[in-house]
Amino acid sequence: MSTATETVPAPTQVEIPKISIDVEFTGGLEMLFSDQRRHTISLPAANKDGKPATIADLIHYLCEHTMKDARKDLFVLQDHLRPGILVLINDADWELEGEEAYEIQAGDNILFVSTLHGG
Amino acid sequence: MDSITDKAEQLRHKISQAEKELQDLRMQLEELESTTRNLNTNQQLGSTSESAHPTDTIPEWKWPLSEEEYSRYGRQLILPTVGINGQLHLKSAAVLIVGAGGLGCPAAAYLAGAGVGTLGVVDGDTVEVSNLHRQIAHSTQRVGMMKVDSLIEYCRGLNPVVSYVAHREHLTPQNSEAIVSEYDLVLDCTDHPTSRYLISDICVLLRKPLVSASALRTDGQLIVLNSPPTAQGSTEGGPCYRCIFPKPPPAESVVSCGEGGILGPVVGVMGVLQALEAIKLIVTGVGKDSNSTPKDPIAPSLLLFSATSTTPFRSIRMRSRRPNCFACSTGSTLTLKELRAGSLDYVQFCGVAKPVDVLKPEERVSAKEYNDILTKQPDKDHLLLDVREKEHFEIASIPGAINVPFSTIQTRSKTSTDDDSLASEYIPKSLSAHAPIYVICRVGNDSQLVTKRLKEIGLDANGERFVGDIEGGMLAWKRHVDQTMPFT
Repeated sequence: MSTATETVPAPTQVEIPKISIDVEFTGGLEMLFSDQRRHTISLPAANKDGKPATIADLIHYLCEHTMKDARKDLFVLQDHLRPGILVLINDADWELEGEEAYEIQAGDNILFVSTLHGG
Repeated sequence: MDSITDKAEQLRHKISQAEKELQDLRMQLEELESTTRNLNTNQQLGSTSESAHPTDTIPEWKWPLSEEEYSRYGRQLILPTVGINGQLHLKSAAVLIVGAGGLGCPAAAYLAGAGVGTLGVVDGDTVEVSNLHRQIAHSTQRVGMMKVDSLIEYCRGLNPVVSYVAHREHLTPQNSEAIVSEYDLVLDCTDHPTSRYLISDICVLLRKPLVSASALRTDGQLIVLNSPPTAQGSTEGGPCYRCIFPKPPPAESVVSCGEGGILGPVVGVMGVLQALEAIKLIVTGVGKDSNSTPKDPIAPSLLLFSATSTTPFRSIRMRSRRPNCFACSTGSTLTLKELRAGSLDYVQFCGVAKPVDVLKPEERVSAKEYNDILTKQPDKDHLLLDVREKEHFEIASIPGAINVPFSTIQTRSKTSTDDDSLASEYIPKSLSAHAPIYVICRVGNDSQLVTKRLKEIGLDANGERFVGDIEGGMLAWKRHVDQTMPFT
């Protein structure tokens, strides 16, 4: 797993460096992401305001670039993650890490889990 | 044909009556036996009841468990994690299992086997054939029986020493206090957010630890909540369900095992793990005396199970109690009185998925009407688009139907440039421009959305071509046209 930050050797334009992270989906969410549980994502290291990329930026990025399914509302509601989805940052609940404001580090493992109700 | 159906119905009726009788007899016998057992115990404890019995000749048994119990539990008794004290804790523990389904069956079986003192089971449903692949305590003979009775019968066969309590109803805000207060520990083995929030709330109010699990398709989740079960407002306690999930998921996103499918061993694993967590809590003395409750709250963790993953088990560190939790925080307004009064509407809180209703009546045909078209004009040029997922379609379909799964359509229709490809890929070229398109799905919801979509991308040729769905889907087709069609 590459944790190296992709850098541009000689930036001709204002090229935003990217960070490589692992994103996983489980609990049925993978069905919204081409039935693939694990995705390696190259995320722009800074958002459009020039601030370091956060989980909120990642969620936005996933909706725009990774999700092929039209049912966006099964992932995001009113610009926020829909209730019933847990985010786990390196195997810890995102609430221990600052939730949407957590600044993503290269090599992070971000897991999105849809809660199950069946029994 | 009808006489056979009648005969079968009569037989079914007779069988269910006979089963009821049998069950009554078993209960009578059990009551009788438990009375005798109590009598014997009293005599062993040197009570003053009459002693002119052959039991006189047997030397006094001076150990805390009966002789049979030492044999029965020997293999777990010798484990350091259990030991005689742990076994005595188990014997004095009362555990409540809410839901006698795929989780409740294995959980109850292992707890009965391990020798908990009292095992209560809550469920208002009856056993169905579609339950049997995973709800291992029920049986083909017991289809139609209350799940609670079926599960208890199974557990009693496994271990008659345990006392069983049947609650033949669903847990409600009104009955939950009376039921749950009789127990030391609760297992949430239900299958819907409404019950999950209710069970969590009553466990917070009555200070009972809660072992919660769920499963769907090939995934499962397990978490021990409200452990230790300290009072509302105490930060020492473990998080409750609302700390983890303050907001319920939208009703449309809640998928049941009936809709999404479930693999038997997946839900089985989760139920077994619930029993394990329960045993671990009980042997350390949970619910018995507050002194033995571990001083440090166990770091809350959520166990994720994915049967198809290369790492099937993952444990995730979870938050502790939420400072502004609706149920367990200092500011909580949740009380037993409120709950009893029915001020909390769990159904409304979690919402109800409304049936899709986006088509006008003239955009829909009934299963019968479509069948009439087929029989009257067998050569009529038309397209029947079956939008169920591939697995459903491959099991059985109406002859001539073309399968384009709903999920595929969702993927293709994200951008407008895909619209043409959607049309060209799935509408056969041979179909004449004005030949009608009928859309069918499982029960008639997705078919409406697809019909609407097809019209949006102009397939109805401004009204020149009929594009509509078959009301009630394959379920209606089975009911009204072809009873021999398997329905999944």
